[in-house]
Amino acid sequence: MTPIAFAEKYGLKVVSQGAGDCRDIGGAYCSDLLSLVMGRAKADDALVTVMANINTIAVAVLADVSCVILCEDIHFDENCVKKAQDQEVCVLESSEPSFQVAIKLARELGLC
Amino acid sequence: MVSEEGLPISTLKWTYEVDGSDFTRAGEASSNVKKNLRKLGVSPEVIRKVSIALYEGEINMVIHADGGHIDVEVSPDKITMVLADTGKGIADIDKAMQEGWSTAPDEVRSLGFGAGMGLPNMKKYSDEMRIESTVGVGTTVYMTVYTGG
Ligand SMILES: Nc1ncnc2c1ncn2[C@@H]1O[C@H](COP(=O)(O)OP(=O)(O)O)[C@@H](O)[C@H]1O
Ligand SMILES: [Mg+2]
Repeated sequence: MTPIAFAEKYGLKVVSQGAGDCRDIGGAYCSDLLSLVMGRAKADDALVTVMANINTIAVAVLADVSCVILCEDIHFDENCVKKAQDQEVCVLESSEPSFQVAIKLARELGLC
Repeated sequence: MVSEEGLPISTLKWTYEVDGSDFTRAGEASSNVKKNLRKLGVSPEVIRKVSIALYEGEINMVIHADGGHIDVEVSPDKITMVLADTGKGIADIDKAMQEGWSTAPDEVRSLGFGAGMGLPNMKKYSDEMRIESTVGVGTTVYMTVYTGG
């Protein structure tokens, strides 16, 4: 399932479309510690986090995740959204906690 | 075939200056390398290894060393990266290599970095890594990723 299809199905807000229409979510990784994300997230994972700064976008690009899902009604500022759009990073926002988002991802990934 | 500088004609070299004053800009060199490697048709796995290793190195130059200089060389079988700074240096490299060991300030931690995972991540994602460091003089990190080409 693509990040955009996931957003449509579960009512998440698409803040930056990026490449969210042309790649699939291959797995998921939940963390707010960007150093951990760099070391342990896999390519194509959905990154589920509440860490909303410009480095989150850089990490998403370099770790090559399929999308960033920002939880708990936390928002990226304008500058971050612009960088995400420039770098073709798909960014979604949810009002739910990371765990609830993770359950939905797990369902779509056939893990539960 | 060999160019005037004695490099094989198929070797590419890119250099970057890393601004030590702006943590939010760390990643510009790595992002540019990623873009360039993509254009060259390098495999996504190799690009990812290079990107992650280089980004952690770039961040360290900003957090711990007031910026520095990055040289990236792409040859048919490998990508080599040299990150040189004239920062405070690392007193105990073995200790610095341990997961979780960090001298990063709290403000960096609050942005999601400074967990002492940078050097271990660089080691994990590069195929070869070597650190030369002298306290008060600076640090140079050498990393190689083989492309299998
Ligand atoms: N370029 C550098 N110059 C000086 N010290 C460094 C440099 N890179 C790393 N270090 C030292 O090694 C420690 C561990 O680095 P790292 O594993 O990247 O963790 P972190 O950056 O999260 O602290 C740093 O806290 C710092 O003390
Ligand atoms: Mg580091």
